[in-house]
Amino acid sequence: MEDAPKERPIAISVRGLRAGYGAAAVLNGVNLEVRENTVTAIIGPSGCGKSTLIRCLNRMHEAIPGATCDGEILVGGRDALRLDPVVLRREVGMVFQRPNPFPTMSIAQNVAAGLTLNGVSDRALIAETVEKSLRRAALWDEVKDKLDAPGVGLSGGQQQRLCIARALAVEPRILLLDEPCSALDPIATARIEELLLQIKEQLTIVIVTHNMQQAARVAEYTVFMLMGEMVEYGLTRKMFTQPADKRTEDYITGRFG
Amino acid sequence: MTMKRQFDADLDALRGSVLRMGGLCEEMLQYAIKVVVDREELHLKAVQDWEHQVNAMHIEIDEVCLRLIALHQPAAGDLRLLAAVIKINSDLERVADQAVNIAETGVYLLKEPKIALGDIPRMVEVASGMLKDSLDAFSRGDVALARDVIKRDDEEDRLKSRIFNELVHLMQRDASAIQRGMDIILIARNLERIADHATNVAEDVIFMVLGKDIRHSVEKI
Repeated sequence: MEDAPKERPIAISVRGLRAGYGAAAVLNGVNLEVRENTVTAIIGPSGCGKSTLIRCLNRMHEAIPGATCDGEILVGGRDALRLDPVVLRREVGMVFQRPNPFPTMSIAQNVAAGLTLNGVSDRALIAETVEKSLRRAALWDEVKDKLDAPGVGLSGGQQQRLCIARALAVEPRILLLDEPCSALDPIATARIEELLLQIKEQLTIVIVTHNMQQAARVAEYTVFMLMGEMVEYGLTRKMFTQPADKRTEDYITGRFG
Repeated sequence: MTMKRQFDADLDALRGSVLRMGGLCEEMLQYAIKVVVDREELHLKAVQDWEHQVNAMHIEIDEVCLRLIALHQPAAGDLRLLAAVIKINSDLERVADQAVNIAETGVYLLKEPKIALGDIPRMVEVASGMLKDSLDAFSRGDVALARDVIKRDDEEDRLKSRIFNELVHLMQRDASAIQRGMDIILIARNLERIADHATNVAEDVIFMVLGKDIRHSVEKI
């Protein structure tokens, strides 16, 4: 049985990635290859660098004053650290822990925000993209009759799916999610998880989660990080039954003190 | 750095229950065989009483496993331990059934003229040794001992075949020996099954410790 993802092309290749804040190092040389059309979960205790890692992937980390980042990140074979961040973020979308619809915008405007900010004004194209994105985010049926209502008027779970629809509207190749369900109840969480399993057919997903059962449910591959290093990376089903590293075993069985 | 959790205490208690159940099964086998070897009918009652206890533990251990899985969503070594316990639990319950069968067959034998037991005492020795060691291997997570148990199953199979052959010849020569000959064959069959269950326990111990499933593999050990 294979231990590392090999069968699909590489969507993201990370080599010797070091990142930190001022003198404080957070990532100490991370190497990772994420395969296309898979869900990869990143797990690890608070402060292990998992959020920093995915924030490096779409250049959000460096937006923080004093942040440092070097090494190599290839997205679709292109050098992400030298691409225009705006161009990169069109390919690498991100969804955050707390749903953050634009507060002054309607549901439709939220989804269309990426297009309108990029200068698209074709109303038919925008309407088509809004519907398609909301359908992909499994939200269309719930909001189709109130597209002009404020996005912030939706429930937490719906807002998070709205944020996913907004990210999908610009057709990214990669979707990063930073603990997307930590503010949601189990039913809203289950909807998001189901959604991820559906959309991975079309794009590559990297999800940071503190919920190990969520990693087990949605991810084919799991990365375990500890103190800025990648301890183990492999098939989720293997990691949760037979981890190779004692530290992984201690963490996923809740023995990590 | 690891920390001790309530869940660890629950798992330790579960291990203890399995070992107590295994200990009862060992006792049952010893007393069942006394019915056959010492021709003492009174031991049947003790074996039957213990079987009720084993049956109750069988249900209780399964319940505990399901509860721990549902409430703790165990992973890795904890998950393998619980999966192994569920299977070992079934094997031990079957060992208890085999011991009852031996004691009951022993009582039938009392109504017949005495018959030479041949390799039966040796079969008892091998089966009870395998059972004891498989439980010790479980208790200590001892893979080497578990592998040794698996190796010994071949001897039990050979002994059983020899007893079968000898008794078939006896029954061909002497039709009056058919009833008691069949009873001894049944007892040999029960002992061989106990050794098979001990082998299963040993295989589960290897899975529990190494995460390696060696059942049905050509290269077993």
